[in-house]
Amino acid sequence: MSQQTSLYQKHLDSGAKMVDFAGWDMPVNYGSQIEEHNLVRNQAGIFDVSHMTVVDVSGNGAEAFLRYLLANDIAKLDEVGRALYSGMLNETGGVVDDLIVYRMSFGYRVVVNCATRDKDLAWIRTHAVNFDVSIEEKPQLSILAVHGPEAIDKVSSILTSDRATISKGLKNFHGFESGSWFIAHTGYTGEKGLELILPSEEAPEIWDKLLEVGVKPVGLGARDTLRLEAGMNLYGHDMDETTSPIAANMKQTIAWHPEDRDFIGRQAVTAHLAENEARTMPILTGLVLEQRGVLREGQKVLCDNGEGVITSGSFSPTLRHSIALARIPMGSGACQVDIRGTLTSVRIVKPNFVRFGKKVFE
Amino acid sequence: MSTYPDNLKYAATHEWVRLEGDGTATVGISNHAQDALGDIVFVELPEVGATIHSKDEVAVVESVKAASDVYSPMSGEIIATNATLADAPETVNAVPYDGGWFYKIQISDELELDELMDADAYSDHCEEG
Repeated sequence: MSQQTSLYQKHLDSGAKMVDFAGWDMPVNYGSQIEEHNLVRNQAGIFDVSHMTVVDVSGNGAEAFLRYLLANDIAKLDEVGRALYSGMLNETGGVVDDLIVYRMSFGYRVVVNCATRDKDLAWIRTHAVNFDVSIEEKPQLSILAVHGPEAIDKVSSILTSDRATISKGLKNFHGFESGSWFIAHTGYTGEKGLELILPSEEAPEIWDKLLEVGVKPVGLGARDTLRLEAGMNLYGHDMDETTSPIAANMKQTIAWHPEDRDFIGRQAVTAHLAENEARTMPILTGLVLEQRGVLREGQKVLCDNGEGVITSGSFSPTLRHSIALARIPMGSGACQVDIRGTLTSVRIVKPNFVRFGKKVFE
Repeated sequence: MSTYPDNLKYAATHEWVRLEGDGTATVGISNHAQDALGDIVFVELPEVGATIHSKDEVAVVESVKAASDVYSPMSGEIIATNATLADAPETVNAVPYDGGWFYKIQISDELELDELMDADAYSDHCEEG
């Protein structure tokens, strides 16, 4: 029996094509994935991401625990509401999951992936035993992500005036608590926007109000092409437990200082960093195919200094050609991708293709 | 638009054929196929003049989601391809039985039609999944 979010009926009402996503009935599109993608780049779209797992961490040991659990350092969160992206690593330096952590008045709120929920909760609870912390999953919360150049104005127009004022002034990776709500300027699309974490019973009404002011529903299909254009990793595709964050374009998310902070996987990723500096560790990079054809996950990448693989690939609706993330040997000059038996030359670019509706690579 | 027009014949691999009454036929992919593929972004068509056999891979459809082979439902010679699809592949999504046609073929063996399904049989085929 698959799970449904508080907005299941709303999706059906909007004509969603529903698919199974890690045990959840989720909207993949409401007609055209490309149209939904373009709406987020040009106007505003709303995603139901309530399938994601919210875990609240509180108690006297919460800060110490998360500084041990996560590769990024939550000590950087110098005020309530601030957000941090981090990998949660295992002892061999593989990525158990990637997540967002918010500093809250009661402690911290962590949002992890849906497909990894069970193992993440088990991992977190196992490592929490030595700390004075309380770990509480919050399945009664829904998450609405509203993104696009018009998103903040549209959301603000349906909020109470105090919430609207603060929402309009939020900087990226900042948020605030308001009653049982949490509103943050975070997202997974490369556009400005807000994520609303709110009690599930309030979510359908907010969904309706946003549709009434012209925000359009966007499915998980467009969410994937938007995040790929933004060069953002997708867990289980661009990295997993066997991948070093150094080989997944996550080096900048590891907080190496202070040097005496012990976090899970530190010793392993320190060795990976040395391999990276010796140029023996592969990198996650961007690939661009400006001619016909579509790069797909799993396709082999033949480089002048070795072989790699595409970890995420698709057609970019914004750029009108294919783009991909690929793990390839460091220092490759030229690459070809085996697309259905045909070797096709591709360009190597920084893994960031589109921001705020515009192409960003050379 | 009817989902399964009665004047067409269908292959189990979701291509449709329309006989033009002059020994030629027009071929495309069904509404069921375009819907399953999602937004189509490229269509690779055969060369005009090519001789093909039924069940040959003659075209490739790339959607945002996946690449999919198209198999010829009939043997014969390709006499025309749909140039519209180069710039507007989404035509296949919008009007799969009309402006979204793939190619026209000079049929070499009309008996092959007997191996194809009529609209009712194809509708059952799609609903069986």
